[in-house]
Amino acid sequence: MLQKLYDWVDERVDVNPIWRDIADHEVPEHVNPAYHFSAFVYCFGGLTFFVTVIQILSGMFLTMYYVPDIENAWNSVYYLQMEVAHGQIVRGMHHWGASVVTVMLFLHTLRVFFQGAYKKPRELNWIVGVLLFFVILGLGFTGYLLPWDNKAYFATQVGLEIAAATPVIGDMLRTLLAGDQSIVGAQTLTRFFAIHVFFLPAVLFGLLGAHFILIRRQGISGPL
Amino acid sequence: MHRGKGMKFVGDSRIKANKERNVPKDYSEYPGRTEAFWPNFLLREWLTGSVFLIGFLILVAAHPSPLEQQADPTNAGYIPLPDWYFLFIYQLLKYQFAGGEYIVIGAIVIPGLAFTALLLAPFLDRAPGRTVNKRPIAVGLMLIGVASTIWLTYESVSEVDYQERGEKYAVDVEAQESEVEIDTEAAGYAAYEANCMQCHGEQLQGSGNNPSLLKTEKSVDEIKDIAVNGIGSMPADMFSGSDEERQQLAEFIKETAKANSGGGSGE
Repeated sequence: MLQKLYDWVDERVDVNPIWRDIADHEVPEHVNPAYHFSAFVYCFGGLTFFVTVIQILSGMFLTMYYVPDIENAWNSVYYLQMEVAHGQIVRGMHHWGASVVTVMLFLHTLRVFFQGAYKKPRELNWIVGVLLFFVILGLGFTGYLLPWDNKAYFATQVGLEIAAATPVIGDMLRTLLAGDQSIVGAQTLTRFFAIHVFFLPAVLFGLLGAHFILIRRQGISGPL
Repeated sequence: MHRGKGMKFVGDSRIKANKERNVPKDYSEYPGRTEAFWPNFLLREWLTGSVFLIGFLILVAAHPSPLEQQADPTNAGYIPLPDWYFLFIYQLLKYQFAGGEYIVIGAIVIPGLAFTALLLAPFLDRAPGRTVNKRPIAVGLMLIGVASTIWLTYESVSEVDYQERGEKYAVDVEAQESEVEIDTEAAGYAAYEANCMQCHGEQLQGSGNNPSLLKTEKSVDEIKDIAVNGIGSMPADMFSGSDEERQQLAEFIKETAKANSGGGSGE
């Protein structure tokens, strides 16, 4: 039955090569922790992606309750935390996931760097990876304004001062992020929400796709 | 891409009609103990992922994510602190030649150089050798970068008393849950509104360093004294008005506190 269904789709869409591209590749001995335990360092990239998936899923559920508006943002987060079934767990996953993804990303970057895995022919994938690093730090920065508590508000003010310190375009950059030259308020919250939920994830997906396609193309770097 | 005679397609599509069999590649000719990703290695990855997920969920269950009091732009006593992964830059900006007038150096030049070097690492470190001892400069610079980031973060964390912050800035759940009755008709309310509300809040709930007045155990005379002479970090002469208004104000605060603690303790 399932086979028939698969054949029916495959005849029309030719799924076979697509999923063979994704799934059918060799895992060399030197990256397999089953043979060399020290190869666990190769897990960091996969775990970064795993936590990123957790972030995307938990974030999607958070937006079911969150209201990006200065009157209601804090109250909606408070309600989510105290009243909604498992709201505390979902928010906790998103909160701690932000920290864990940063740790894993850091470890993954260090692994690639110290193994010299960014050398020819993998320069482009390294650049895509560092851009992903920036995007994820950006997601961390825009994410913690959203609960609209004191920590969020005052830490964002400091962050905006840093952005404003950029030579030449500093003030424009601050206005772009905050929606005003001096106020951190309603407009700032909606902008950070839009950046956190739409702009940066869009960039993230594009870069992640490029990262994975390049890995499939080039294969993992050989043993040292 | 296949072209030419004899090719059959499905309908008017570009999908070939005569298909290759769905057989996994043979990896036996690759060097070492190579394993197929699907399904052998993927199963191992799932197991690792499950163990990781359990650990992660234990962390989440054991430490509920914090939520501080609602943002209050007028809260002058609040000391901002970013999440731990931005502490290194927050700390850097505290130094004399990286912050204040020199903020361009601390906020843009130093991190800019570091991250640009990271981005362009493959073009700065071009020699073919991959091992650590074949590229001492790149590895050395990275170690300096990592060590200074960790050191800056440590310096920043060591100055923060997270427990004290937690107690001071956390949401007072009890006050949030219990309906506080403020008698806005009371004689002392006008005086409260004029003299105290800006720091102690509309509901007498306090904010940041300014304590809540709802549970005060001070007497009417003590409150009168504090309104004029201040206490702790509260400056003197916050109150301006007649002695009669001051008496009404103190009585209003005392009665609200009494009503609140009487009604609140039973719940």
